[in-house]
Amino acid sequence: MKVGSTLNIALRALRRNKMRSVLTALGIIIGVAAVIAMVGIGNGAKAQVEAQIASLGQNVILIFSGSTTSSGIRTGWGGAGTLKIEDAEAIRREVPGVAAVSEEVVSTTQVAAGNQNWFTRIYGESADYLDIRQWPLSDGAPFTAQDVRSANKVCIIGRTTASQIYGNDDPVGQILRIKNVPFTVTGILTPKGLSTQGVDQDDVVIMPFTSAMKRVVGGTTLRNINVQIGDGRQIAAAQQQIISLLRQRHNIRAGRDDDFTVRNQQEIADAATATTAVMTVLLGSIAGVSLVVGGIGIMNIMLVSVTERTREIGTRMAVGAHGSDILMQFLIEAVTLSSVGGVIGIVFGIGASQILSSYAHWPTLISLSSIIVAFMFSAAVGIFFGFYPARKAAALDPIEALRYE
Amino acid sequence: MKNGEVVKLIDVYKTYHTGDVDVHAVRGVSLEIQRGEFVALMGASGSGKSTLMNIVGCLDRPTSGRYVLDDADVSALDRDQLADIRNHKLGFVFQSFNLLPRTSARENVELPLLYGAHRLTNAQLREKADAVLASVGLAGREDHHPSQLSGGQQQRVAIARALVNDPEVVLADEPTGNLDSRTSVEIMGIFQQLNERDITIIMVTHEQDIAAYARRNVVMRDGRILKDFNVTQRFDATAELGKIAPIDSEL
Repeated sequence: MKVGSTLNIALRALRRNKMRSVLTALGIIIGVAAVIAMVGIGNGAKAQVEAQIASLGQNVILIFSGSTTSSGIRTGWGGAGTLKIEDAEAIRREVPGVAAVSEEVVSTTQVAAGNQNWFTRIYGESADYLDIRQWPLSDGAPFTAQDVRSANKVCIIGRTTASQIYGNDDPVGQILRIKNVPFTVTGILTPKGLSTQGVDQDDVVIMPFTSAMKRVVGGTTLRNINVQIGDGRQIAAAQQQIISLLRQRHNIRAGRDDDFTVRNQQEIADAATATTAVMTVLLGSIAGVSLVVGGIGIMNIMLVSVTERTREIGTRMAVGAHGSDILMQFLIEAVTLSSVGGVIGIVFGIGASQILSSYAHWPTLISLSSIIVAFMFSAAVGIFFGFYPARKAAALDPIEALRYE
Repeated sequence: MKNGEVVKLIDVYKTYHTGDVDVHAVRGVSLEIQRGEFVALMGASGSGKSTLMNIVGCLDRPTSGRYVLDDADVSALDRDQLADIRNHKLGFVFQSFNLLPRTSARENVELPLLYGAHRLTNAQLREKADAVLASVGLAGREDHHPSQLSGGQQQRVAIARALVNDPEVVLADEPTGNLDSRTSVEIMGIFQQLNERDITIIMVTHEQDIAAYARRNVVMRDGRILKDFNVTQRFDATAELGKIAPIDSEL
């Protein structure tokens, strides 16, 4: 087949009708731009959620106390105090592949310094906690394993707490009274912003869990244990070993429910990203509808074009065009319109999402794969919606076509 | 230059089935046209001359009978094979020119080359088209669109398009039907010049004084050939133009 010639013919035909070509492509331009921008917004939101989940730390397994009690009352995660400090130590000692463990207790209480006070969350943690959560300090020093062993009255605070209590003063080295116990602030955390649930993660005081249990929270049980696994491939195995170790330590007979709940980071991430994935699909399909409408626009114009150009088709056949030449010509015209429209649409879509992220501060993420998919889809739209008019043109009888008025 | 007949129709019939009625458009036509002839095919409307022209032009196939074009039987070829024959061996000139709108004269003339078997570069296409356009007196107007050309000039572009593939036969269907009488004579002049160069021309017309520019007239009626004769008092386009010119200058 004379593909080169046919391409030449098709491009000449499109050039002859510049305005119509541009208007036809406009449907595809808008469709593809919408798909690119919408999927970009969806993916941006998803990436943001994933980044927040990742801020929980790499390869982390969370063990929450509670789930059921022997009396049959289910208390929810962290409710019943079934996790002991010894459980955490046993995990540290006996589960292979464990890189770090942080015992966690949580409380909310009033904190004060000078004439300022503030209601905030208190986290009791081990010295490894900041490493597990990959949460560096912006100033000062973290508490140490020695501080944990000695239950020293030291703490580090988040940016929000710092500014509420100390304003513009440097909090490092200052005294913070928590339940009337004076703690020394040793460091400030780098800001993390809002969590996926909308909680200000910087509104926090973190101290050794021993100090928290002894002086703030009271009690002898942990709310949860954060375990970091060195190698991501061992997470599933480690999770199983933790479950069997804790069942054994808690004397749970076979067939009875666990009195603790184990979740790994991936499960939490999956749940959190499910919503944004649904949003991405929803936005993408709405935009996809406009792409299909654009394709129907191409078919419409091509059908009109076939009728309007009947005599031209007859002339082409009279001078030696095969039916297949005519078919290819109209198909190439349709595909050229849709794929050029696709490329322009991709540019517009990227531009639109840039504008959205800079003015509306929505995070957008345009992946190469979404660009390729959008382009292939727009070309496919051209083939699909161009085929019927092209076949109609190719099937014309040259004598009838020449006589057509 | 080969000799002998270029078009040979042997007992050709063409019947259309429209509903219950069979229309016998051509009923047993045998016709031989030699190379280098200039034939006018005449007849009233409904005489079958257009149907016969479509068969000669390989746009249609006879219901029965044989059609030998340039020593090859083309009566049983399929659509695509007929398209190739039209491209290589035939050139078409239509009553309403049938030029592509918003397309330069050059690109219109290039059209048959694009569907030809030989792949030509854009430069080769251009060279061939411009040469043929010059031969019909349109040098300098290669970039004009049909809307920028007069009827006569448009028909010259169409003739150039018919000639660009060096056809065996040029087929003209009422080539002067849309032209005024002076331009008609000009177009006949071009046909006569082409015929001097031994190009075979078959022209459908219903006008007696246009047919008089041809060498031979074939008159049809009711699907059969009624008369077939050589033109004795042939018009010469150059002479006729000389007669018309003074009238034009008075206007």
